[in-house]
Amino acid sequence: MTIENLKYRFDAGTPTQGATAIVGVLGSGNLEVLVEPAALNGACEIEVNTAARGFGAIWQAVMKDFFARHHAGDIRISVNDAGATPAIVSLRLDQAIESYKGKHK
Amino acid sequence: MLRSYYESTARARIAGLLDADSFHEWLPASERVTSPHLATLEQPVAFDDGVVIGQGSIAGKKIFIAAQEGGFMGGAVGEVHGAKIVGVLERAVRDHPAAVLLLLETGGVRLQEANAGLIAVSEVMRAILSARAAGVPVIVAIGGQYGCFGGMGIAARCATAIIMSEEGRLGLSGPEVIETARGVEEYDSRDRALVWRTVGGKHRYLLGECDTIVPDSIESFQQAVVACIGKGDNWTLDALEQEHRLLSDRVQRFGECADGRDIWRKLGWTDPDAIAMMDNDEFVAAAQGRSAKNN
Repeated sequence: MTIENLKYRFDAGTPTQGATAIVGVLGSGNLEVLVEPAALNGACEIEVNTAARGFGAIWQAVMKDFFARHHAGDIRISVNDAGATPAIVSLRLDQAIESYKGKHK
Repeated sequence: MLRSYYESTARARIAGLLDADSFHEWLPASERVTSPHLATLEQPVAFDDGVVIGQGSIAGKKIFIAAQEGGFMGGAVGEVHGAKIVGVLERAVRDHPAAVLLLLETGGVRLQEANAGLIAVSEVMRAILSARAAGVPVIVAIGGQYGCFGGMGIAARCATAIIMSEEGRLGLSGPEVIETARGVEEYDSRDRALVWRTVGGKHRYLLGECDTIVPDSIESFQQAVVACIGKGDNWTLDALEQEHRLLSDRVQRFGECADGRDIWRKLGWTDPDAIAMMDNDEFVAAAQGRSAKNN
């Protein structure tokens, strides 16, 4: 098994304050998502390490949708994936960004 | 609403057990202290290597905690994972918290890490005993989906006290391992009733290995932890010798038994099949005078 590493960057998001948050577990069909604040001039950087190779185009689409939903900038998202479906990935990303924002009160 | 301990992740268990906002994590996910062995094998790594460690308070008392995440590789112990648990215990020797709480959920050694994992587990055992020798009670909670098996089953029994739910399982070789090694005639790992009669929480309670049995909720585990902290640790030669006597009596009395039911009958349960259906309070009341520790 080889891990596939995928990187995405979305520019001109809304700078989003928060505290480092982790959600999910790296188990079969699941993933863990770590969200950290990062000075990226409003960009959102995403790095995915996945055990399921060859799904880069789908990841791209899921991440594009995520950025369209939240428009969150100045954050770095790191994902460890063990074959989660796109729907699960979207839900985890939403959970992660809510958790990141929610902790900052 | 009561929250299921069984269904919760390691992080949710910590959040639910400790006083609100009291948890401070050591080596959090953002530090990315991950397994070098899994990386070499090109296998996925978890940011926390499957164990969450830190300090916090429970009912106002300062405690250290380590919680294994069963969802990541069955909670298996690798080199980093084990070192994190050892670090918590060694720090307890230095700082003397009111207790160290180990939320164990593990199949044992992470086979991908082989000797490094085995050494890690033996270091955990030594560190548990060091903490107890320094006067810090080590309290183990077992109630997750993956149970507590392998070397960590031994480590659990080195602790001051074990709290289990009926759903929890504690053993050395897990059911599938026994079946693989000895054949399905010896042990059918798919027979769930048999599995729970031999490694489940109620059986471990009746054998005197788990000190407290609780219903499956984080709140119940929390109350039991508070009670265990209050009791402290009986770290004496007398207590150790008594435990040894209990264990040799057990071989004498139950060595021929093929099933938990046979043991329960010898302990005075005239209808052992009724045990599985009892709720927690009913079971604990009925077990008075009918467990290996007090009969």
